[in-house]
Amino acid sequence: MPAVIPSVTRGEGRNAPPAIVLRDIHKHFGLVHANRGVSLSVAAGSITGIVGENGAGKSTLMSILYGLYAADSGEILVDGRPVTISSPRDAIAAGIGMVHQHFMLVDTFTVLENIVLGAEDGPLLRRSIASARKEIERLEREYGLKVDPDALVGDLPVGEQQRVEILKVLYRGASTLILDEPTGVLTPQEAEQLFRILQALRERGVTVILITHKLREIMAVTDEVYVMRQGQIVAHRRTQYTSREELAELMVGRKVRLSLDKPPCRPGPALLKARNLNLRDKRGCVVLNNVSLTLRTGEIVGIAGVSGNGQSELLEVLSGIRAPDGGEIVVGDRHITAQAPASPAEMRQLGLGHVPEDRHRYGMVGSFTADETAILGYHQDARFNKGLLLDRRAMNAHCAMLMENYDVRPRRPDLNSTHFSGGNQQKLILAREIERNPRILLVGQPTRGVDIGAIEFIHRELLRMREAGCAILVVSVELDEIMSLADRILVMAGGQITGEVDGASADERTLGLMMANCWTPAAAETLVTVDAAEGASAAQSGLAWTTP
Amino acid sequence: MTARHPLPAWIDIGVIPIANVLLALVVAGLIVLAVGINPFEAVSIMLYGALGYPEAIGYTLYYATNFIFTGLAVAVAFHAGLFNIGGEGQAYIGGLGVALVILALDQFLPAPILIPLGILGAAAFGAAWALVPGYLQAYRGSHIVITTIMFNFIAAALMVYLTVNVLIAPNTMSPETRAFAATSHLPLIHDMLGAVGIPMGRSPLNLSIVIGLLCCIGIWIFLWHTRWGFALRAMGQNANAAIYAGIPAKQMILLAMSLSGALAGMMAINELMGVQHRLIINFTAGYGFTGIAVALMGRSHPFGVALASLLFGLLQQGGAELAFEFPTITREMVVVIQGLVILFSGALAYMTRPWFEALFALLQRSGWIQAAEKA
Repeated sequence: MPAVIPSVTRGEGRNAPPAIVLRDIHKHFGLVHANRGVSLSVAAGSITGIVGENGAGKSTLMSILYGLYAADSGEILVDGRPVTISSPRDAIAAGIGMVHQHFMLVDTFTVLENIVLGAEDGPLLRRSIASARKEIERLEREYGLKVDPDALVGDLPVGEQQRVEILKVLYRGASTLILDEPTGVLTPQEAEQLFRILQALRERGVTVILITHKLREIMAVTDEVYVMRQGQIVAHRRTQYTSREELAELMVGRKVRLSLDKPPCRPGPALLKARNLNLRDKRGCVVLNNVSLTLRTGEIVGIAGVSGNGQSELLEVLSGIRAPDGGEIVVGDRHITAQAPASPAEMRQLGLGHVPEDRHRYGMVGSFTADETAILGYHQDARFNKGLLLDRRAMNAHCAMLMENYDVRPRRPDLNSTHFSGGNQQKLILAREIERNPRILLVGQPTRGVDIGAIEFIHRELLRMREAGCAILVVSVELDEIMSLADRILVMAGGQITGEVDGASADERTLGLMMANCWTPAAAETLVTVDAAEGASAAQSGLAWTTP
Repeated sequence: MTARHPLPAWIDIGVIPIANVLLALVVAGLIVLAVGINPFEAVSIMLYGALGYPEAIGYTLYYATNFIFTGLAVAVAFHAGLFNIGGEGQAYIGGLGVALVILALDQFLPAPILIPLGILGAAAFGAAWALVPGYLQAYRGSHIVITTIMFNFIAAALMVYLTVNVLIAPNTMSPETRAFAATSHLPLIHDMLGAVGIPMGRSPLNLSIVIGLLCCIGIWIFLWHTRWGFALRAMGQNANAAIYAGIPAKQMILLAMSLSGALAGMMAINELMGVQHRLIINFTAGYGFTGIAVALMGRSHPFGVALASLLFGLLQQGGAELAFEFPTITREMVVVIQGLVILFSGALAYMTRPWFEALFALLQRSGWIQAAEKA
């Protein structure tokens, strides 16, 4: 049922009851006390941020509010009235909607169909679609949420898909919107647009709860912020009276340095050269288009770009997971081409370490114990084998050593890999790859889903490797990270390198334009820094990229 | 979305499977009641028939041996992420391997050489039969579930043809080969125990059970204590991570399938070298299919498979006794009971889990569990 949005009545009066009140929420998972007596109050018509490290309990809290989990004890008040929320259906009925980090959309449906899905008027679709169309037009006008209602969702860029998610929630009559890490997949420009939409929503009396770990966003868009640590609210601030540094310190519980002190970069000889790498995906679309790059000893090269523009594929090709369709990679005197591909095992032997972008997909086996994950890729090594058998004792000792040196907690080599937090999993994988002293290190999303304390540690380790003469390639969607780590920044868009900037002189606006503008062939031509002769093919591929 | 709550291992692999079996027996009891038989009497007859006297125990273990081999076969493939439904066919073709080796050589070789060769023949033929679907999966992308099912039919047709037309003993009517020479017979357990002065009732239980248990231990060592087992499990649990780790996926599929096929094929030694002493038609009698349930119930762990095999052996032997005792309980009824056990401990294995989670959380909060663990 498309309920009508309760428009401007709420949030106008100063003495309106808070939109959401949580009182003394407790939640246990087995022995883990994920929420310990959490109380908070969200003013109607405000944007309230909740920040905290991974595992601080903010997602659990929001899942309780949205009815995905039931709280062990505690009370929820919506608009001053106590409610029982035991399923998302109850939450929607109470006017609470959630936009998940991973979109819940059907790619092959149109925008309208996606919005109506699950909220149909009756058995016949046509009537629902027609009434939805009117409603969507109204929402678009009111909030500036522009989306073509008849486009297939799969054809839309990520930023617009997210708008569809927001429309879906509003269409169901939500007056409170929960957004879980909404900017992870957006360009800086798209994130700006999102914030403008959120502000428009606030003007209209919609309450927004924003969960994020990006302090800059909290500072930019919220009115109030709650800080969570270890299942508790440790601070509540009005955003205008706080600072990034204070929030970071509150989240971690100690002083954190947000910037890196880097010694000057002294690049040495090239260790890996990639020339004109080309790759097509299964459907024949170009995913890598004449990518050339050089990794030198003692230098960190950063690759910036919106995710899904060829960075993942570039890492896969460089690490040997996929063979290129064209071009070559030169490491030492080994020339890796389509005809002479190298397996990941051979790349490791050539001195290449690889911390994969997606640790759950590539970096570890969840059901393996930590000491098994700690030898993944190196399980053939003589030091982990005694004759025909694996040397479980050596494996255990090796893992214990890595855990000690890289501060992986808990120090339990026998625990399943899934039972470690994201940051500790990442530290274990990083430890596994770094400990071999690779000459070349590929790192994908070094700090995705990693808490602030661990980010600091991982960045320092990467710098230490650079000082030790390693050639490092870092791929990240976090511009801040790229800008603080990299000595040289390459920008990827549409499968090609659309710009190269010196790390010290990079600014977010230029990078953002390079990341976004390549979608039009004209801009690609002006931005492409590869040979002028390749300009034409670059333009063509820009077209090929947008037409499926 | 909802994370599974951790339960201690003793509940997860001990209490829950037992509860599932009991649940299945309750439902089976209702069915038995429906045909007018007191379910408690039926259970006591089943238990007596399976465990009540020495011969019965022998029979139970003899059936269990078949399940150990076919269950292990499914479990090994499962660790590599492959669902091998073809145990039945692989066991059948394993029988062909046994028969060919023994029919060719039993006039020349003494038992200590002939028996290992026969076992090898079973394993090699079973492995080869599983390797074809394995190859098709690895290099041609044909789905292993489909191909292994199909290969069961091909195996059945092939074996009927060979037994009726090629291997049939001369001048006989029944579709079976000539009898194997006594040098190929696996020693019976009651004979072996009798020789050292331990009396045991006569049963077809033979040396195969020892070989089966050794296979359990071997597979356990292979999976958790060798680099190949490591690679195989990595591929089964997370194929992408295996590729990342440089594990050659195609070779691992071939390795897993040939191991799986070899184990299934070895079921034939229990039947042919242990009991029948000739190749007969349909000696596999569905053990290959039941192996899937055995592996599921044993959580694909070799020792779990051994325990689950024991249970299925018990059902097989006790069920036969039950059918013998009551004319209203037909052989099909026993199959229904087995099916219920498979349903509750396999397909519905996680149905009862939330109840145990709730119960465990309750006990934990009220302090019962901690108290128990301290004590």
